[in-house]
Amino acid sequence: MALIFELAVQGAQMVLVLVLAPLLTGFVRKVKARLQRRQGPPLIQPYRDLLRLMRKEVVLADNASWLFRVIPYLIFAATWVAAALVPTFATGLKFSWTADLIAIVALLGSARFFLALAAMDVGTSFGGIGASREVMIASLAEPAMLLIVFSLALVAGATQLSTVAAFMASPDVGLRVSLGMSLIALVMVAIAENARIPVDNPATHLELTMVHEAMVLEYSGRHLAMIEFATFLKLLLYVSLISCVFIPWGLAIAGAGPQSLVVGAVAYAGKLAVCGILLAVFETAIAKMRVFRVPDFLGAALMLALLGTLLLFVSRSL
Amino acid sequence: MSVVALPLWGVAALLGTAIAAVAIGRRGSATQLVYGATLAISAVVLVIVTGELVGDPAGVSAVTLPLGLPWIGAQFRLDALSAFFLLVVNLGGAAASLYGLGYGHHEPAPGRVLPFFPAFLAGMNLVVLANDAFSFLLSWEFMSLASWALVMAHHREQDNTRAGYIYLVMASFGTLALLLAFGLLAGLGGTYTFDAMRAAEPSQFVAAAVLGLMLLGAGSKAGLVPLHVWLPLAHPAAPSHVSALMSGVMTKVAVYGFIRVIFDLLGEPAWWSGVVVLSLGGLTAVLGILYALLEKDLKRLLAYSTIENIGVIFASLGLALAFKANAMPSAAALALTAALFHVLNHSFFKSLLFFGAGAVLTATGERDMEKLGGLIHRMPLTSFVFLVGCVSISALPPFNGFVSEWLAFQAILQSPDLPQWGLKVMVPAVGGLLALSAALAAACFVKAFGITFLGRPRSAAVEHAHEVDRYSLAAMFALAALCLLAGILPGLVIDGLSPVTLSLIGNRMPVQLAQPWLSIVPIGESRSSYNGLLVFVFIAISASLAAFVIHRFASHALRRGPAWGCGFPDITPAAQYTAVSFAQPIRRVFGTFAFRARERVEMPPPGATAPARLDVEVHDVVWETFYQPITGAIGFATEKLNHLQFLTIRRYLTLVFLFLVTLLLVLALWP
Repeated sequence: MALIFELAVQGAQMVLVLVLAPLLTGFVRKVKARLQRRQGPPLIQPYRDLLRLMRKEVVLADNASWLFRVIPYLIFAATWVAAALVPTFATGLKFSWTADLIAIVALLGSARFFLALAAMDVGTSFGGIGASREVMIASLAEPAMLLIVFSLALVAGATQLSTVAAFMASPDVGLRVSLGMSLIALVMVAIAENARIPVDNPATHLELTMVHEAMVLEYSGRHLAMIEFATFLKLLLYVSLISCVFIPWGLAIAGAGPQSLVVGAVAYAGKLAVCGILLAVFETAIAKMRVFRVPDFLGAALMLALLGTLLLFVSRSL
Repeated sequence: MSVVALPLWGVAALLGTAIAAVAIGRRGSATQLVYGATLAISAVVLVIVTGELVGDPAGVSAVTLPLGLPWIGAQFRLDALSAFFLLVVNLGGAAASLYGLGYGHHEPAPGRVLPFFPAFLAGMNLVVLANDAFSFLLSWEFMSLASWALVMAHHREQDNTRAGYIYLVMASFGTLALLLAFGLLAGLGGTYTFDAMRAAEPSQFVAAAVLGLMLLGAGSKAGLVPLHVWLPLAHPAAPSHVSALMSGVMTKVAVYGFIRVIFDLLGEPAWWSGVVVLSLGGLTAVLGILYALLEKDLKRLLAYSTIENIGVIFASLGLALAFKANAMPSAAALALTAALFHVLNHSFFKSLLFFGAGAVLTATGERDMEKLGGLIHRMPLTSFVFLVGCVSISALPPFNGFVSEWLAFQAILQSPDLPQWGLKVMVPAVGGLLALSAALAAACFVKAFGITFLGRPRSAAVEHAHEVDRYSLAAMFALAALCLLAGILPGLVIDGLSPVTLSLIGNRMPVQLAQPWLSIVPIGESRSSYNGLLVFVFIAISASLAAFVIHRFASHALRRGPAWGCGFPDITPAAQYTAVSFAQPIRRVFGTFAFRARERVEMPPPGATAPARLDVEVHDVVWETFYQPITGAIGFATEKLNHLQFLTIRRYLTLVFLFLVTLLLVLALWP
């Protein structure tokens, strides 16, 4: 019975991220539009977009290979698995020990690896420019992310996300400088990874500075729907990650009853809303960077993360 | 008959094959016979060694042959460490032989390859088995010379003689360093057996000197920065299956030499030896992959990536040394397992990738990525396995490269308890370097696969390419399957490595196969875990589920048309991104510092019809700082000494007289 309940919670989490991901993106877009004194699209517009794309035919470039047609599903699957492993409303899910934070970062790395390959498959210069810039951004964002993981793991004693979240929710955490540095670095990495302003502009087209959009330029129809869905999932993943590690309050701890699960779900919705509003405000307030300023931005994140880790190493014996 | 005799018989059979190959080298069937024989011998030795590693892991068997130095003979020994490395050598040997069965037919001068290939395999086997310094050095030189002959197989091609020359110089230098290291270990008594060296307690000074000499000797063979310069020249110059052996296996034999001396013979390490090895490893990893990113020759890119992987292995070894010195055996076992796991992984995927590069070379005659592209349509199977290799080497789950990377990171997370400040500062820095090199490796292999196999063909050679033969494909598919298997069942490998860590560290990682659902855990009390099998299953299920839902409910319509490209018609495939342009953002971010990379754009004045020019200037900083002064000094000295050739007989007599007087004076004054 307990096993069935645990499996049900795990399944609920997997479905929940699928259902919520487009909503979060729609919410951020809505808030941004209101901040810019626009009406904005309705909240459910991303769902409609996905349905519309799925109903459309696929226009495939003449020399697109089999890899080009497989990759959208791979990207979607890797991102979905990663998103399902991040605690949203409860920790200690049935399969949460399958992959730790390092593996979640690497799963997202796999998705990016394949997306960059897909961009180069057709052989247009836009695909190449997107892929080469994406790997440049990733080459700084990924080490920064891993160093953040190191900091969290050193504080919590494990790289397992459930353990980290449970530790963060416990009273032994206290205020730590290195955690503050990690938070700032994590937010910077999340902005870069999700192709948000100031690193990239998710709403742009036909602009030489675009990165993510340049990579998916040749996709259409159901393939594009899969990739868009993966993008929504990735935003949700990062928001869940930041909230479960740094604002863990309300999270249902492993083995808790249905009541605390409800509390966890409500708290989770609240966290998503707060983070979404903050993201929209930030994006409205700041201007897009030139692409070769991005290394400075991410280099700062990398340095902060390294300093945080170093501080933990050095302060262990004090 | 003890167990160690069996691989020795294998070595004898390999040497016999080498001699037979000289005799039958001109016959048409020689290629089949020689590679068939090496395949059979390697496979048999592989089975024996695997049986030994699984069946009798703690067993040690030794034998003394009446060869070598008269008073100690040639001693050979098989323990867990040599059994593991024999497995790596013979697995790589078997795969390369299988590949050679098909690839060898494209060899223009088989007589230059066939005799040396079995000899090279025999040399590597002997190094791993040797149990005294004399046999070790002799086998080491034999291995170096056999591989040198293979590098020189295509000696008429441009740059290959230079590659061979630099390789020969560096190999001699490395052996010299090893000779001195063993001399120090043997001490004044001159006991050249490993057993005596193991029993001796060297002083701190001697231990430090041996570590330095081993880093020079084994490090130059493995490709540690700054001793790596020969590697990207020599490895690609050989035929591709030999390149695979040199990169995938011979560098591992060098790692074996390092582990054997430092972990086994030298006794307790000092803590600072960990710092030295660790920082050299981190530096090697990042510089190696940055070199690879700037490369446009496919085989040289792979050779540079070997340097990166050697860096990762040495960083883990450095961690293991630091833990061992501080009596943290479980963490040391974890770090050593990470290093050995990466040794195994790298031998899988680097051999696979070199085989793929060889397949591309036979199909198109090109190694230059700027002339390739679109091969996925012409060579679908090769491109599939090459993709598996690229994903594995980029450390992406659920493949094997990720597991060893994960273990290395877990080992780093054990290190805040190290007491020394030098280690406390170095370990997180090296952790950052390893993370950086992993991310750059992914970028590098997006480039390698994307430019070579994707896009549109950049030259006519590609348009006539065909899929390669079945033997080559079988070898590549076997290695690709091993990459996946080691990735989803890492517990098997980790448990298989436990006798090695037990014998060198005295501890092991927890039994992995006892974990629920075949997860792996780094150390007993830790709460971290990773499950490659479940990750693989989850990805497979959710991808199939997504594909099923899409195909059930979404539109099936599909239309082929010209590429969109934002509406810009792309006239020529030359307008695609190339290897150089793909690396441009990374060159701008990292290269300005590491390689003093500069770009100059010359724009013609408005209205002029002259083409605009872009010049990229990249310096090989290591070559310019370390090697150019040395070659310059040698050139200067030889030029000065050249005068001695043109003296009169009177002056020669004077010189001889002066020399004799000096010599007598020295003798007279010697206390």
